[in-house]
Amino acid sequence: MSERIVKVCCGTGCLANGSKKVLEALRAEMEKRTIDIEVVPYVKATGCNGLCEKGPIIKIYPDDIAYYHVGLNDVQEIVEKTIVNGEAIEKLLYLDLKTKKRIRSHSEPDFIKKQTKIALRNIGEIDPHDIHDYLAVGGYQALKKVLNISGDDIISIIKKSGLRGRGGGGFPTGVKWETCQKIDRFPKYIICNGDEGDPGAFMDRSIMEGDPHSVLEGMIIASIALNSQNGYIYIRDEYGLALENMHRAIEQAKEFNYLGDNILGSEYCFDIEIVRGGGAFVCGESSALMASIEGKVGEPRAKYIRSAEYGLWGQPTVLNNVETWANVPVILEKGNEWFSKIGSPNNSGTKVFSLVGKVKNTGLVEVPMGITLQEMIFDIGGGIVGDKEFKAVQTGGPSGGCIPKELMHLPVDFDTLEAAGSMMGSGGVIVTDERTCMVEFARYYVAFLAEESCGKCVSCREGIRQILKILTDICAGKGQESDLDLLAVIFETVEKASLCGLGKSAPNPVKSTLRYFRDEYLEHIRDKRCRAGVCKDLTEFYIDESLCKGCGLCKKGCAVDAIDGSKKQPHSINQSKCIKCGNCIDICKFKAVKVR
Amino acid sequence: MDDKIQNRGGNMENEKKMKEIIFGHSAEKRYSLAIMQDIQREFNYIPREAMETITEYLSIPLSKLYGMATFYKALSLKPKGKYVIKVCDGTACHIRSSMVIVSEMEKLLGIEVGGITPDGLFSIETVNCLGACALAPVMVINGEYYGKLTTQDIVGIIERYKGGEVQ
Repeated sequence: MSERIVKVCCGTGCLANGSKKVLEALRAEMEKRTIDIEVVPYVKATGCNGLCEKGPIIKIYPDDIAYYHVGLNDVQEIVEKTIVNGEAIEKLLYLDLKTKKRIRSHSEPDFIKKQTKIALRNIGEIDPHDIHDYLAVGGYQALKKVLNISGDDIISIIKKSGLRGRGGGGFPTGVKWETCQKIDRFPKYIICNGDEGDPGAFMDRSIMEGDPHSVLEGMIIASIALNSQNGYIYIRDEYGLALENMHRAIEQAKEFNYLGDNILGSEYCFDIEIVRGGGAFVCGESSALMASIEGKVGEPRAKYIRSAEYGLWGQPTVLNNVETWANVPVILEKGNEWFSKIGSPNNSGTKVFSLVGKVKNTGLVEVPMGITLQEMIFDIGGGIVGDKEFKAVQTGGPSGGCIPKELMHLPVDFDTLEAAGSMMGSGGVIVTDERTCMVEFARYYVAFLAEESCGKCVSCREGIRQILKILTDICAGKGQESDLDLLAVIFETVEKASLCGLGKSAPNPVKSTLRYFRDEYLEHIRDKRCRAGVCKDLTEFYIDESLCKGCGLCKKGCAVDAIDGSKKQPHSINQSKCIKCGNCIDICKFKAVKVR
Repeated sequence: MDDKIQNRGGNMENEKKMKEIIFGHSAEKRYSLAIMQDIQREFNYIPREAMETITEYLSIPLSKLYGMATFYKALSLKPKGKYVIKVCDGTACHIRSSMVIVSEMEKLLGIEVGGITPDGLFSIETVNCLGACALAPVMVINGEYYGKLTTQDIVGIIERYKGGEVQ
């Protein structure tokens, strides 16, 4: 009797799209038919497949068929045709827009083909609820291996691999471990930072949801190298599924004695506790995160002494982020040479990005370091939604910056992005198009930082607030040219006089947009015009009669009935009714809606 | 209105539930955040009595606890509506016009972000990222996701909650 496995993606993106209902319906439908099918169907829920745009996604093995946008009304047909007979259903297969052909396998689309999966190696394939699934793909083998080598050897492998912290800073992981190891003061602590607070980024959540054991295994390996007995995973409270899956994984790892006393019969003991974050962006900063674990307000401290030396409760502590931890077991299993061959010089390995915004294939991608922005956005991402004009890409979250289309040939790595005025950050990549106002975009990040500044340093608390005020004025058409000089002065103070990374890098979103899109700022100030049609006070939409075909799409899509016109006649916008939501300009197929 | 919410299900029962949550944690200061999160989850906000009980239980000054309750975004000292509308204003949603959704929602319900309708039914919040960027702009009402929103959609969605079609 053969076995047919149906994997239903249950990452947050697919769940929000209704994949749970599809999963339940599939199980129910197969239950009904167990008698008349020859195969043993087994349905399992996996983590995120990455291509969230096309969810819910289901994959069927061994036939290697992947279906996208699966709805409840497809379930019966899937069971009848594919699960019973192994036939593919054409309309549910991936449609390659370039060749106009349907693709059968999940590994075929460009979106997947151009990726290299290390941190995401198991996600979408294994059932995160079941430790046996992780074991079946070689899980906890690296742990068994390191039990027979010394702590020095473990650290040397990590150092030689060139792994750099994936949380954004890019600090060499092996060096961090070594610093902590050399200090002869116990207890030592190991922390996993799962506080992912960057808006538009969900890499870490996906890993914790879809492959929790790889994170645990990484931490356990470090505990052996450093002789630490206690670990903490700090997870955002909003990440319900990640919390649930991590909790379960810890329980299972304890049952199998990968965690707990005398791990696999050795002298090592290690326990991991989960701490829920309270939704403060600054708690992603290591010293603030540690304060939060200690039960205090999450404020950063001055780091004259690194946390490797003086961390949680004043003890030596190693803190890495989720993605870094997930890389550790593979490096130990396959060796540092294997790892350092992937990526580019000084930037080994891969990086996971959440590719979002105005890009066609929104989702999670893992690419070797050194891939160009062009490849990432156009080959993997599929280009811009609605084929509008690409404007810039933002990386590094609120501490990062924008990179304009002229620089799309740049390779993605820690050092290049920083030189271009942005930063790698934890991996959010936000694609913008002609309908994104760069001034308002910068204002958005500054407003975020003003809200999230903990208030400890005056320069950060007050400085960011003043930057926000100036940008808000510019967006409202009340800006002056002298504001731009004033901004430069405030930037310097905020950067130099703030304690932690939040303040030090707060001017970045504004600086980088000023550097590459100064003309948009000047247009807001001098001409009182927002070319993207975003700043409401400076925007008036109108319909170009020579281009309007009178299709009526905009009229139908207008929430406030502000568009008049009869079929096949040029339409017009009633300005007194218009709320400037921009729906008409976004849906017009003839580019007839314009910004005055 | 505050009283109406606090009295939901009876005061005695609430007090019992509250104490269960607080005393369910060991009396260590480092659990203060976790306790407040659990209270928040149960009651949708942290009632004053809960704050006072935690203060005594953990021997932390009320001012310190207040500092924490106002520092962490997930905690609220004010009651929230029966339906909490969380409009995502993460970057991906923001550049797909999430603020237009927020302002139309404010107009529709006659309250601002952070407010609650007089009947106690709805409150509006903006959140930094729901991680469902493929659905941008997206909002979530008591766990139910609404993606790829346009200004046209929201009246219908709210009506369904008002009419009791969705629980």
